[in-house]
Amino acid sequence: MKKPKELVVISGKGGTGKTSLVASFAVLAKNKVMADCDVDAADLHLILKTNIRHREIFKAGKRAIIRQKDCTGCGLCLTNCRFNAVKMIQEKKGEKIFSIDPISCEGCGVCVHFCPQEAIDFPENVCGEWFISDTRCGPMVHAKLGAAEENSGKLVSLVRTQAKKIADEHGQNLIIIDGSPGIGCPVIASITGADLVLVVTEPTLSGEHDFKRVISLTEHFNIPAALCINKFDLNTSITERIEKEAQEKNIILAGRIRYDKEVTYAQVEEKAAVEYNSSQAGEDIKALWEKLKTIL
Amino acid sequence: MIITIASGKGGTGKTTVATNLAVSISSSIDNTPVWVLDCDVEEPNCHLFLKPEIYTSEAVGVPVPKVDKEKCTACGKCGQFCEYSAIVALKTVPITFPELCHGCGGCSLICPEGAISETKRRVGMLEKGQSGDIGFVHGRLRVGEAMSPPLIRAVKKFVFKKGLTLIDAPPGTSCPVIEAIKGSDFVILVTEPTPFGLNDLTLAVDMVKQLNIPFGVLINRADIGDNRVSEYCQAEGIPILLQIPDNRKIAEAYSRGMMIVDVVPGLRETFMDLYFRIKKMCGQQHNEEA
Ligand code: SF4
Ligand code: SF4
Repeated sequence: MKKPKELVVISGKGGTGKTSLVASFAVLAKNKVMADCDVDAADLHLILKTNIRHREIFKAGKRAIIRQKDCTGCGLCLTNCRFNAVKMIQEKKGEKIFSIDPISCEGCGVCVHFCPQEAIDFPENVCGEWFISDTRCGPMVHAKLGAAEENSGKLVSLVRTQAKKIADEHGQNLIIIDGSPGIGCPVIASITGADLVLVVTEPTLSGEHDFKRVISLTEHFNIPAALCINKFDLNTSITERIEKEAQEKNIILAGRIRYDKEVTYAQVEEKAAVEYNSSQAGEDIKALWEKLKTIL
Repeated sequence: MIITIASGKGGTGKTTVATNLAVSISSSIDNTPVWVLDCDVEEPNCHLFLKPEIYTSEAVGVPVPKVDKEKCTACGKCGQFCEYSAIVALKTVPITFPELCHGCGGCSLICPEGAISETKRRVGMLEKGQSGDIGFVHGRLRVGEAMSPPLIRAVKKFVFKKGLTLIDAPPGTSCPVIEAIKGSDFVILVTEPTPFGLNDLTLAVDMVKQLNIPFGVLINRADIGDNRVSEYCQAEGIPILLQIPDNRKIAEAYSRGMMIVDVVPGLRETFMDLYFRIKKMCGQQHNEEA
């Protein structure tokens, strides 16, 4: 059987309409699995209305915790920690009490290893949850990272692996992935090894700037990329500039979407833009999807 | 005072708020030195609007291990220790994976032979400059680099005790955001009145509450969606600091890298008033604690 293709939609800059677009693709595409890898701010489930059929705790990394009854207050952990996570919380009558700030703790284990009293516990950290859901557009894998947690890259990889598993088991030939903003760890985890990255940007100076950064990332990892400019009519001269730059870098121009308030109205009604009757942007998205099908 | 501008969701106007607040205050209030620290190191944008003159630029690195083959006895202790599999020793001289290393220094401390020293791996650039009266610092993450917190920490070394420091945080709620927000006196959460905006706002609120920092909400493009964000804030007792209506002039000025206080009359005063109100809210907080 053929390996399912992975299409990842990313944006560099956030708020360019990436998730609205992915929701529309979910409606248009046949025989696919959806994966929301924007685990930090997952929104796709709001439109696709998930019915969770499987959920699992996500554990990754560890957190150091001092057992106060065994601590003699030597302070070696404070000296050894490079992340300023160890705090002296009290000092009276020569007695020192130390504690580790769970938010600053990087989970490296240096304090644990060197504690002469072995007074530091190092349990595995629960940092989120992931789900397999049924939606009106087929199966979807998604996740929720706990507030103030790390390891988003690992959670992204897990969501992708699960989506692939489903696709393999049920013979779906396409996985559509909602990626995360930025160019750091979760984005790298979203795009490595994908078949095509669709970059969604806006014709603004920030959009142009972030587009360039995100494209150097896809080049760095050697992943084929396509471009779509959302709200292209906000500033047509910047739109043309971005498209020219894209062409020079052999990035496929997949389409333009016009500025259309109906896209927001559709979101308010929890519908994808292509499901919203009079949306002109919806027509642009349909054309974009037809083009993407030919590339994939 | 340190005010951080953050948002659960990207593209809500964080950078617009940070830069326009900075310009409004520095041009109107004497004796308040203003600094803008752009901690959105993955996609820094403040410079596009403030157009600072950059006068210093330096590489920022994290310490990574370097193994001296002569001294190493292949005992494997370093590899057993590393939580991130950044140094692997399978009965041989260890192999290092610098891009996975968090720079904790554990392996060099553990090595019984003193075979591990440290070198630097570059994660990005730190640039410092000036835009009118506004001091400016930002970091640019190296493309392909996964770890932004060390660079954010480097930018945050420039938090000044005197005057006002405005921090533009990365979007989201995970580790880089926490790194940017930690230590602030107040957080402005910027959002949009849409279902996505609301969902991401609730996540951001959970995060700021965990950090125990006073905060308020700024609703941008306040008339494009529905009322659920305001209703949520009212129900939770979260102050709505400001609502900025959707305005074609603002969108166009933004697209060209212009300051919105320069195109919308009265907005400068609105931002100054916002600053005074935040100052008062922080003051009240201190009094309550005392
Ligand atoms: S410094 Fe810490 S994270 Fe880096 S290789 Fe050594 S033990 Fe691992
Ligand atoms: S701990 Fe030191 S001696 Fe042992 S394998 Fe690592 S580098 Fe070599």
